[in-house]
Amino acid sequence: MNWAIAILQTVLFVALAPLLAGFLKFCKCRLQNRRAPSFLQPYRDLLKLTRKQPVISEDASWLFCVAPYIIFTMMVLAATVIPLIAVDMPTSESADVIVLVGFFAFARFFLALAGLDIGTAFGGMGSSREMTISSLAEPAMLIAVFTITMTASNTDLSGAILHILHSGSTLHPSFVFALFALILVAVAETGRIPVDNPTTHLELTMIHEAMILEYSGRHLALIEWASQLKLMLYGVLIANLFFPWGIAQSFSFGALSFALVVLVLKLVVLSIFLALAETAVAKMRLFRVQEYLGFAYLLGLLGMLSHIILESTR
Amino acid sequence: MILTLAYGAILLSLASAVFALLQTRFNALVFLFLGLSGAFAIAAGIGELLDQTVLIDKIPLGLPWQAWHVRFDGLSAFFFLIIGIAVFVVSFYAPNYTRNEQKDTQSFAVLSLFTGLFISGMMLVLLADDAFMFMIAWELMSVASYFLVAFQHENSANRRAAFLYLLMAEVGALLIILAFGVVASSSDGFTFDALRASEISTTWMSIAFGLALMGFGMKAGLVPIHVWLPEAHPVAPSHISALMSGVMLKVALYGLIRFCFDLLPEVHWQWGVVLLVVGTLSALSGILYAMMQQNLKRLLAYSSVENIGIIVMVLGLSMIFLANNHKELAALGLVAALFHAFNHALFKNLLFLGAGMIHHQTHELNIDKLGGLIKRMPETSLLFLIGCMSISSLPLFNGFVSEWLAFQTALQVDVLDNGVLRSMIPVSAAALALTAALAAACFVKVFGLIFLGVPRSRHAEKAKEIDSFSMMIAPVILATLCFFFGIFPSVILDLLSGVTSHIIDATLPKTSVLTPLWLAPVSMQQASYSPLLILISVLITALVLFAFLHGKGTTKARIAPTWDCGFGALSPRMQYTSNSFTMPLRRIFVTVFLIDEKVEKTMRENTKLNVADVRYSLHIQEHCWVHVYQPIERGVNRIAKQVGRIQTGNIRTYISYSLATLILLLWVVSL
Repeated sequence: MNWAIAILQTVLFVALAPLLAGFLKFCKCRLQNRRAPSFLQPYRDLLKLTRKQPVISEDASWLFCVAPYIIFTMMVLAATVIPLIAVDMPTSESADVIVLVGFFAFARFFLALAGLDIGTAFGGMGSSREMTISSLAEPAMLIAVFTITMTASNTDLSGAILHILHSGSTLHPSFVFALFALILVAVAETGRIPVDNPTTHLELTMIHEAMILEYSGRHLALIEWASQLKLMLYGVLIANLFFPWGIAQSFSFGALSFALVVLVLKLVVLSIFLALAETAVAKMRLFRVQEYLGFAYLLGLLGMLSHIILESTR
Repeated sequence: MILTLAYGAILLSLASAVFALLQTRFNALVFLFLGLSGAFAIAAGIGELLDQTVLIDKIPLGLPWQAWHVRFDGLSAFFFLIIGIAVFVVSFYAPNYTRNEQKDTQSFAVLSLFTGLFISGMMLVLLADDAFMFMIAWELMSVASYFLVAFQHENSANRRAAFLYLLMAEVGALLIILAFGVVASSSDGFTFDALRASEISTTWMSIAFGLALMGFGMKAGLVPIHVWLPEAHPVAPSHISALMSGVMLKVALYGLIRFCFDLLPEVHWQWGVVLLVVGTLSALSGILYAMMQQNLKRLLAYSSVENIGIIVMVLGLSMIFLANNHKELAALGLVAALFHAFNHALFKNLLFLGAGMIHHQTHELNIDKLGGLIKRMPETSLLFLIGCMSISSLPLFNGFVSEWLAFQTALQVDVLDNGVLRSMIPVSAAALALTAALAAACFVKVFGLIFLGVPRSRHAEKAKEIDSFSMMIAPVILATLCFFFGIFPSVILDLLSGVTSHIIDATLPKTSVLTPLWLAPVSMQQASYSPLLILISVLITALVLFAFLHGKGTTKARIAPTWDCGFGALSPRMQYTSNSFTMPLRRIFVTVFLIDEKVEKTMRENTKLNVADVRYSLHIQEHCWVHVYQPIERGVNRIAKQVGRIQTGNIRTYISYSLATLILLLWVVSL
């Protein structure tokens, strides 16, 4: 039974990810006075891509073809770790938050290698930038999450969420720092404005798009879906870790469906905020990103120190 | 029985050295003995780790009135196992590799002689139970490896690197002797048992710790005394660099652990802080410098500095917990450090052997002149990829498990009372996270530029896969082990509990779970990791995905030229190079490096816009060369010049010096 719900939750994660991307696009369009495509447009795009014949560069190796599968698999595994509608899943015990960061690193490793595989300048540029940004973002993310896990003295996400639920509505100053740090990291890691712009193409500013320029057909579909999934993963991580209220603690049908409704509301609020931010803020220069991520790192560190100084049990 | 196996391992490696010297026609025997030596060492190591009784013996060697004391316990056995695996694997790899490296029969004899001596020296260090034997074995290891570094001595740069290595090894050895001396001065003898029982004051103990840290740190490659490492590793033959980086650095760590955790009567948290800071510094600067290298072996050498830094950092954590009476957490730290040492030995050996294979086939180690090897050397590339994934600590591989354990150790900081420590350890954990992320970036660069893309030189284009089975089997074994211990880390972690109980008299917390399925270092409630379950879910997901996308009616992919934006043919020179790949990080961490970047433009016909030719050069130097070593060098030269003044070259002056000395001595005697 538990396993069935765990698998259901993962499937839900994977299935809902394009919807979130569609909703985000809808919000952005409305904010910019444009007519929005249907929420379902990302699904149609994915379907179209899977039907198309992929074209592979003659310089590409097997790694180029395998990478999309690895990237997608790693994102699915990450989805098994983050509690979506219920805590205490059997799958979430097999990996904690450090392993979650490891999954992201695994996917990124292969994405960057795939970018280098065809031997074009764009691919190398994307890989170099992606690895630079992620090597600054990853420690910022870990330190922000460590603040939570140290409070809960538990690096399992399920356990941490349960601890926060049970400790009631005490205000932790450290959580505020960690929350902002994690939001900054999430924006950078999912390639949103102001760090990267997912809608640009063939410009010298692109990062994520530069790496996947040579992909087409089902390979591109997998990568697109994986990056939508990554956006959703970060969204759910932030929503459920800092605002866990509503998440199902028992596996009854009522609790689960209530949790789903609450989750959708949380994600709607989050994506409206993200759309607002993306509309209001301009993309920054590549070499300003280190200041941005340095700030995220600093926030994470401040959160951790305020946990140690102000909140620690001793 | 176990001790006999250990002696057998040493004798066999000596036999291989002797056979090489005899220059018989049976060169294969040399490697057979080496392989057997490795196998014996593995057997001895595993046997002792399972048995867990401390074995003590005396060998009537050395000084006439002082037999060598031998002791074989869990810690020695664990490092014996590391040496055993490396030697065993190298014995498969070396025959073919040396055949191409050697110029004549004599050079083969020299190489194999010193390899044998070097290996037996390392094994003897692990067995030593008194300071005499320890130092003799240590010197055997250092001097033999000097000759290995100087193997290709025709090149003056190689001679320089070898001399630097010898100099630092000897200074380090002096410091270690001093450290032993300080402890021995308040105990009755030089046996380790006597040292353990010494009643030494805290101040002297701290001095001994400092000396030992510098001495062993010089060998292990801690910043800023690591400078010999990136010079010596690239010039030695690849399987020797594998042994030096994978194993010899570990022997230095063994010395540090033995001295600090075992021989010194107690540990202080301040020392732990020193280890933590030095380790963090080494890890960060090691990986940042590694990133900037173009020479593959130099890059790997710097990455060893990084990994040694991580190990020392975790040792520091362990020491802090030990000094604060959290013995179980100290055991966790020690286990994490030792496991990382083990893993590093595996994947660094693998990468060095891979570098040797690349060099063997392309005669090129410059990353910027390689590329596209994944199609030309498919098996090598897969093995190298596994090495890169392990060292980048990606899940499912062994490097991840030890780094995960290190994080778990650091996150236990809440049990400490000291506020400074409580806020310092998380900062170092964040530095560890940065190191791991940078390592991933570094090895994306390594694998991406060497194996992917289009060949950047003719050598790379003409490369072929290694055709020797025995040369291929060595990295295959290592890669399999990297994956195996990534999925079943409990195999080694179980063995390690014996080590910690010998050294610090504690094992992992009782609530910890170490089964083939679950890994929970503190308790199931706190953190758990199950690589096997993850592997199963990866397989299931991949299978579903494949079935979903490759059902009926899927079209086969079309192969087409790369899209060149319509501007005409792409050339290999358009690809990113090592320098361009790391340019953003170089710009971000600009203060870490001393950068000398030059762009020279030649203009066509005195116009300012028409560039005919551009020359770009980039030279990156370490701060410590300019700010530490060069002042020392200048100081030594200046003192030497001052001393030189009394040497007039006039014989009458020297006679008067002798007379003055004689009178002085007579006066001293008469007092």
